[in-house]
Amino acid sequence: MAVEALALANVHSFYGDSHILHGVGFSLSEGEVLALLGRNGAGKTTCISTIVGFLTPKEGDIRLFGEPIGGLSPERISRLGIGLVPQGRRIFPSLTVRENLVVARQRERATTKPWNVERIFALFPRLEERYAQFAGTLSGGEQQMLAIGRALMGNPRVLLLDEPSEGLAPLIVAEVGRIIKRLKDEGQSIVLVEQNRQLALDVADHAVILNTGRCVFSGKAHEVLNNEELIAQHLGVYHAH
Amino acid sequence: MQFWIIQGLNSLSLGGLLFLLSSGFSLIFGLMRLANLTHGAFFMLGTYFGAIALRDYSGLNLWVTAIGAGIIVAALGGLFERLVLTRLKTNPLGQVLVTLGMAFIISDACLVLWGGDSIPVPTPHNLQAPTRLFGFVFPTYRLVLVAIAIATAIGLYILIDRTRLGAMIRAGVDDRQMARAVGIPVSRLFTIVFCLGAGIAGAAGVLGGPILSAYPGLDADMLPLALIVVILGGIGSLFGAFIGSFIIGFIYTFGTVLFPELAYIILFLPMIFVIAFRPQGLFGRLGT
Repeated sequence: MAVEALALANVHSFYGDSHILHGVGFSLSEGEVLALLGRNGAGKTTCISTIVGFLTPKEGDIRLFGEPIGGLSPERISRLGIGLVPQGRRIFPSLTVRENLVVARQRERATTKPWNVERIFALFPRLEERYAQFAGTLSGGEQQMLAIGRALMGNPRVLLLDEPSEGLAPLIVAEVGRIIKRLKDEGQSIVLVEQNRQLALDVADHAVILNTGRCVFSGKAHEVLNNEELIAQHLGVYHAH
Repeated sequence: MQFWIIQGLNSLSLGGLLFLLSSGFSLIFGLMRLANLTHGAFFMLGTYFGAIALRDYSGLNLWVTAIGAGIIVAALGGLFERLVLTRLKTNPLGQVLVTLGMAFIISDACLVLWGGDSIPVPTPHNLQAPTRLFGFVFPTYRLVLVAIAIATAIGLYILIDRTRLGAMIRAGVDDRQMARAVGIPVSRLFTIVFCLGAGIAGAAGVLGGPILSAYPGLDADMLPLALIVVILGGIGSLFGAFIGSFIIGFIYTFGTVLFPELAYIILFLPMIFVIAFRPQGLFGRLGT
């Protein structure tokens, strides 16, 4: 039986006065990749925001390796082992590339191969070339690599990637896909939110589909890939008649 | 000629003092977006602590007293920030009223505790002999003050721009929420910044004592100077505060000597023009 790395049960979350998540629940096993799919506005980012502590769940349970983390402060949740690559990357623009990594360093957990600046630079040689540059001057793809590197510096037990391919050129998207595979091969547990279904299902073991704040599917990733009906109903673009 | 050189050196030393006064204000304003109007009162508290300590305990020297006053004022500032200001994070008007109100309270408390007469702060013995510079005689202590200001500027630059702690603080300024999500305790760091800013003001109050003395109203005299320096130099720019301090040092010194009745006009007019035509100040960045 695989260890449960991250588990949500009956999570209700509000954004201001709007009730966004209506009892979301899913679980991620250690070392696996879970793709969190759904249309725009389905509640994917709200779900991520609730896990990392930007939003406080009004109800429900969030556990990281069995330890409840729902409603804790973002810094506490980060220190317990959640790493976030947020939507829109949100690197620190006035810090240098190197500083962006260094500020996110955390005391090493008992991982086999802790991340450090050197290992991040080995993973992303482009970042090493630009280490003294202000992060705000990087290209979109470079900022995405930096955002991933920054999250890894905390040696997260679970890594959350929120739309890492958004707004990137196809070549860079492919590279992001390779990086995610590589992290998975190293045993990293990952929740991957993606609009790019192909990219997500390529690497994911499990898939969860959200629709208007509810889980409407939870199963093997390959079950989604060829299920035209599921895709049309919950993921496909609406066609105007 | 002699007039210009002497007044020039006076301007420099006033500039040094102004930087010690305003660097803490600039730090807090730049990093926390908080206009701490208690800053002048923190400075005055430092001056009173220094004046009383040096009057009542003959074993103390000015430097130890400055460090001690800095620590005490930093602690008081930290309490103020933790207990009150953190609750007003999203309420700028509340911050202005609370910090101004605190300034009045400190001001009155000083008056009650130490009376209305000014209390001198003695210049250290070994710095009482004047220094000869380019054939002119000049008070040594004022030169030392300039050196301390420069050292403080370098120290703060290294702390904020060259250390991991400084980078974490800047990350919190860039994106507070994201900084927390990578594990940075932003709220605690901002308390440290506030303590540091208040502590520098307290220490500066002692160091300015031999020139200014402790007197009621010192806070109200100093606060506008800090505001002018920071606005002129550029909000949040330590370098701007440094340059701004010396510019104001010159304007104020020469203004009061040449046109004594116009000193405040000469002082405030440039600030008004800067706000109107270059709101980011001489060295500030827009949108930061």
